[in-house]
Amino acid sequence: MQLSKSCTATLTALTFAAIVTAAPGGGTVTGKVTYTGTPAKPKPIDMAKEPSCAKQYTTPLMTENVVTGSGNTLEYVVVYISAGAPDESSAPSTAVTFDQKGCHYTPHVLAFQVNQELKVTNSDQTSHNIHPLAKINREWNKSQPPGTPPISEKYDKPEFISVKCNIHPWMHGWFAVVKTSHYAVSDGSGEFKLPNLPPGKYTLTAWHESYGTQTQEVTISGNETKSANFVFTAKPY
Amino acid sequence: MGKLLAVVLLVIAIGSAIPILMHTWWMPEDISSHGYMIDKQMSETMAESGIAFVAAQLVLAGFVAMFGDKKNGRKATHLPGGAKAVVIAAIALVGTEVLALGVFGKDAWAEVYFKKAATDALPIQVQAEQFGFYFRYAGPDGKFGPLHPDKIDEGNQNFFGLDPANDVESRDDIIAASLVIPVNKPISLMMHAKDVGHSFYVRELRIQQDFVPGLDIPMHFTATKVGKYEIVCTQLCGLGHYNMRAYLEVKSQEDFDQWLKQQSQ
Amino acid sequence: MSDASAPVAHQHAAPTGLLRKYVFSLDHKMIGKQYYGLALVSVFLGMILSWLMRFHLVWTNAAIPGLRLLSKNGAPGGVMTPEYYLSLLTMHGTLMVFFVLTNAPFAGFGNYFLPIQIGAEDMAFPRFNMMSFWVTFVAFLVLIASFFIPDGPPISGWTAYAPLSAVGKDAGPGLAWGQNLWAISIGLFCVGQLLGSLNFIATTLDLRTKGMTLSRLPISTWAWFITSCIGLLAFAVLLPACVLLILDRVAGTSFFIPAGLVISDHLQPHSGGSPLLWQHLFWFFGHPEVYIAIVPAMGIVSHILMASMRKPLLSVKVVYVSMIAIGFLSYMVWGHHMFLSGMNPFSALVFSFPTLIITIPATIITMIWIGSIYGANLRFHTPALFSLGFVSVFVAGGVSGFFLAQPSLDIYLHGTYFVVGHFHMVMGVAAIFGILAGTYFWFPKMSGRMMNDTLGKIHFWLTFIGVYCIFMPFHFLGFAGNVRRYSTFVDDYLQPLLPLHKFISIAAFVTGAAQLIFLYNLIYSRFKGAPAPENPWEATSLEWSTTSPPPFDNFGGRHIVVNHGPNEYGVDGAHGDFIMQDSPEPEPAAGD
Ligand code: HEM
Ligand SMILES: [Cu+2]
Ligand SMILES: [Cu+2]
Ligand SMILES: [Cu+2]
Repeated sequence: MQLSKSCTATLTALTFAAIVTAAPGGGTVTGKVTYTGTPAKPKPIDMAKEPSCAKQYTTPLMTENVVTGSGNTLEYVVVYISAGAPDESSAPSTAVTFDQKGCHYTPHVLAFQVNQELKVTNSDQTSHNIHPLAKINREWNKSQPPGTPPISEKYDKPEFISVKCNIHPWMHGWFAVVKTSHYAVSDGSGEFKLPNLPPGKYTLTAWHESYGTQTQEVTISGNETKSANFVFTAKPY
Repeated sequence: MGKLLAVVLLVIAIGSAIPILMHTWWMPEDISSHGYMIDKQMSETMAESGIAFVAAQLVLAGFVAMFGDKKNGRKATHLPGGAKAVVIAAIALVGTEVLALGVFGKDAWAEVYFKKAATDALPIQVQAEQFGFYFRYAGPDGKFGPLHPDKIDEGNQNFFGLDPANDVESRDDIIAASLVIPVNKPISLMMHAKDVGHSFYVRELRIQQDFVPGLDIPMHFTATKVGKYEIVCTQLCGLGHYNMRAYLEVKSQEDFDQWLKQQSQ
Repeated sequence: MSDASAPVAHQHAAPTGLLRKYVFSLDHKMIGKQYYGLALVSVFLGMILSWLMRFHLVWTNAAIPGLRLLSKNGAPGGVMTPEYYLSLLTMHGTLMVFFVLTNAPFAGFGNYFLPIQIGAEDMAFPRFNMMSFWVTFVAFLVLIASFFIPDGPPISGWTAYAPLSAVGKDAGPGLAWGQNLWAISIGLFCVGQLLGSLNFIATTLDLRTKGMTLSRLPISTWAWFITSCIGLLAFAVLLPACVLLILDRVAGTSFFIPAGLVISDHLQPHSGGSPLLWQHLFWFFGHPEVYIAIVPAMGIVSHILMASMRKPLLSVKVVYVSMIAIGFLSYMVWGHHMFLSGMNPFSALVFSFPTLIITIPATIITMIWIGSIYGANLRFHTPALFSLGFVSVFVAGGVSGFFLAQPSLDIYLHGTYFVVGHFHMVMGVAAIFGILAGTYFWFPKMSGRMMNDTLGKIHFWLTFIGVYCIFMPFHFLGFAGNVRRYSTFVDDYLQPLLPLHKFISIAAFVTGAAQLIFLYNLIYSRFKGAPAPENPWEATSLEWSTTSPPPFDNFGGRHIVVNHGPNEYGVDGAHGDFIMQDSPEPEPAAGD
């Protein structure tokens, strides 16, 4: 479905792409992601089984399914243009890096573009297996012993992919593969910013791993900065 | 050539026996209430098999040294008593060994597997999964909440698939990544596999038992010595098999109570 | 029985085309050599895999030169991943057990020598025979193909325990197509063995030449015959097990997969199966399989020992009865692999008993071998040395069986390197010694040339000492509780054992390198060895009554009439201290 839509939009896509690269500047969408209700408390992670990781923490690492900030803000929400913007036909040539350090993924949510190079690195003294549980894309599962070169991969379809390490069952992260160059992940204070938007009417989607997706429409004209906020409903369990 | 073979056989027999006699690589000290039976059985078997091994190699060595071809047309002779003596000796020797080991050996097995866990045993559920062990204590209500495989969410530390939103019993269940137990207290383990086959092995406890997906297997033991030991998986379960482990922490009753209290906060 | 029908006329003429002669040959001798060749390729491949494994276990984070060429995913930067270790482990075990230990001593030597030893011109069903080899060969190719798929070979070990082997890619790399290829390969292998076993049985019963009564069958033929009977039942169980496994994997059935399994966050769409069912089916085959490997080796070694000792065994009848007893009992002991599997604990005692009992016939055979040496005139040529070495390692592997047969000790030793030490000694090394003894003994007959005895002896000494250095310490590791099938030793308690592991690895490299001497000797002697006489060992059985190598119809159109038993050594014969089976000379006076 997404595919056919993208086909019909190819022509406009190309024009828009040209505009995007030719004319940075343009409009900006900024906003804040917050929640209402009571979210589940982060839980401490016990890494006893992997002493080389456990000893890197004086206080235990916490789960990151729901990371909140003061003022009920939500971190790790992927906000991206899901409609209205052209599909990007070429991926950026820079690679994104997903690091494993202290038996923990950084960043917890990594957003990147279709066909953009993904590099997975292992900064630990132990082997990890990187197992992104892709359902639409090709699934793979590879171990990375310490000191070995980065694993380089690409995804050719947009998808939110849960990533796990079977060796360390607590390790969990996400790949947000999007087909637009207009995306952001909300930071520690729940804020995000999508710059360089050419004028137009867009659908903005916010995705949170536990609380699902929300969308809203924004229209940009000229160089204006529009604000778009998202509010998710939190669940205690 | 026969003499050389005899010497090599001699060296092999002695070389194999020395590390065993010296316990260079041997079982660690036993910390369980039943382990002494296994240890005794092990020593007896070692003695009998060891003697059989060394004796066989030495006799073989002696015969090859003595009966090399003399090229002088010596007439072949036969072992006094012939095949009959050999068969009778084999049946008598091995038969008694089999009976002795089989009959006395069953006690240790019975202690572990035929006896039920003591009624005051502390129930703990252990789940094996790719690639770790997680332990569940019933919490203050003394009840384990039900498991819902579809609720498993490891990134959120829900390894067992508990549903505290709907199951009241689950809310106070304590989940731990180490098996913490009080010393000298019978423990009743309920063994549950989440994905594929695994095994639970603590050398010092003299306990090993497979996890079988689809079966919940009961197991019981009593640890008699405070300390920290390793629990490892001995059933090939996938790429992380080598790193599937947890620690067993045997604590005094007071320390254990305190640990439990800390956990339920 | 005494009737021993005259051998049927050869059903096919000697082929002239290259393809018919060397490839799709109906000649049992060529088929035997093909099986042997396949085993030879497999054993060196398996050995190289074991080198890679041993290297990785000791130098875990070191890059292995060239490994990247073999597998990009399995060795990023040349460093072996945990899953690739397990892939190699699975391939090592599968190659060794199926393609070496079943192919060489049974299908290889059996095909070549069973018809000759009974005075027949060929197997009963030459076409089946050709088919059985080529099915086995395809099985080999299918297995090896798994090296060349992106995910690599399966990681579930040669035992392929379900549900790990049944659920597919969720459980790990190599478990998608790699495991499919494995299951297809083993299924095909079973078909090949079933055809072969039927053929062996029919041939032994129907094609014996005049005078070749059952009691005049050489001991090696007895062993092959008994093995065929074991194999017929064992592979007939493994074949359907493989089919069920494939169905679970590709057709969505749930024979081995229970409900509610969550693998890599994925709730499996299966319910109602039992992992124990696979274990029962597998070990119902698996235990007899070790006797499929070892009984032919026992037969070969007994055969060679008599020719080396220049006297018969104290009693071959006792050995026959013991081998039959072993074959029979081998079907009642499979549960000893499952003591800790969650079966009813009473069944452990039930399975323990026949397991301990089976040591009685095994001990009897061993004591007969050793006891027979008393009063012998031992000739220490290379085949004799390997046969004596066989006796030594068989004892070493046998005594460790006493430990594992007891459920109470299995609690401690199951799943440790003790088991690895045990089965390598009693099954791996012992059977390999049988194969090597057979090779040095029969090579002159098969090729028409002698092997170099000096090189053979060097090979023997290095191998004999080497295998003890490799496999004895495995038992010590087991006593220390070192778990098997670990790709790296990360546990705290394993750290003090690393020096011992290093010793084992170095011993494995040296012993492995010594096998190159054997390979050189084999190839060199094939082309440049001294021409072999008809009967270089002064042995009695019918293969020594024909030319080296035998003509296409084995005896050059001669109709063989057997007048003597197979073990007439240490007697006053017309040509020395032995009487050939087809010799027209009269039976020597009884007694000595
Ligand atoms: C060159 C000499 C050999 C060496 C150095 C060697 C070494 C090894 C090693 C290191 C393992 C893995 C142990 C583990 O990780 O648990 C293994 C497993 C195994 N080996 Fe060998 N081996 C040799 C010859 C043989 C032979 C001749 C056989 C024939 C029976 C054999 C059969 C097996 C089997 C069946 C396994 C178990 C595979 C599994 O666990 O699935 N090996 N060997
Ligand atoms: Cu990890
Ligand atoms: Cu495991
Ligand atoms: Cu067995």
